[in-house]
Amino acid sequence: MKDLISGINKVFENRVRLGIMSVLMVNDSYDFNNLKKTLNVTDGNLASHLKALEEKGMIKVNKRFIGRKPNTNYSVTIKGIADFKQHLKALENLIKDQ
Amino acid sequence: METDNKSIEDIRTIRKIMEESSRFLSLSGLSGVFAGVTAIAGALVAYFFILNNGSIHFDEYFRSHLAKETIMLRWQLMADAAVVLALSVLFALYFSFKKAKRDGVNFWTPVSKRLLINLLIPLVTGGVFILVLIFQNHIQLIVTCFLIFYGLALVNAGKFTFDEVFYLGILEIITGLICALLPGWSLIFWIIGFGVLHIIYGLVMFRKYEK
Repeated sequence: MKDLISGINKVFENRVRLGIMSVLMVNDSYDFNNLKKTLNVTDGNLASHLKALEEKGMIKVNKRFIGRKPNTNYSVTIKGIADFKQHLKALENLIKDQ
Repeated sequence: METDNKSIEDIRTIRKIMEESSRFLSLSGLSGVFAGVTAIAGALVAYFFILNNGSIHFDEYFRSHLAKETIMLRWQLMADAAVVLALSVLFALYFSFKKAKRDGVNFWTPVSKRLLINLLIPLVTGGVFILVLIFQNHIQLIVTCFLIFYGLALVNAGKFTFDEVFYLGILEIITGLICALLPGWSLIFWIIGFGVLHIIYGLVMFRKYEK
């Protein structure tokens, strides 16, 4: 049992963070506003979870300007891909084990 | 047991978000049916009104006459095709907007934009190429080009929407290639490719996803 649970990554345990990772796993990059729309969360909530994922090295942030408007793009890092896959595997194992 | 339920819930959420954010699922089967009906109507107009009940043989007539003498016919056929295209696109957008609204999802998302770009690159290439063919008097392969480029566009766009779009694209390409082998049958292949295939596709999609 211990081995199975060890794959569960605390960083991804929150629903919003799971959502962010799910979107970024299947898209090269996604911007803040579209993430907000897709996940249906508030600005502050999304921003704090993005910050947390960034600090853990799971995602990278790319800020740029489109015309005069700032646009913040997010994409997943290699570490993020590996860790998230491991987390998924652990979730699946938990279910199978039951 | 509780962690177990939570894991199942988590995985379900992940799957749903992955699918919704990487595929455009608001495409309605009804737009396929409508496009098919319009295409057949357009072909009938071409046959009975523009080509004079078929007495003007599409392919041979154009090849045996100077481009100048058939310019009026060319414009009429192009106008006919343009009307079919415009109506199909308008109704496809209309039905998709409606479906997106009903499902409570956004219409303009990064994935719908990507879908559009991937669809338009082969489509516009084909469109321009066909115009060149028309004015350089290479009439015989026009319908083939319509079908092949449209099929390639669908294959390309299929990655961003339902898998069935990919297979519809393959069928359009095959129809186009067979059409190339049978000169003079263009109108029939137009009806099969843009009419019949669209209607079948539309009905299948409607029954599968929207009932």
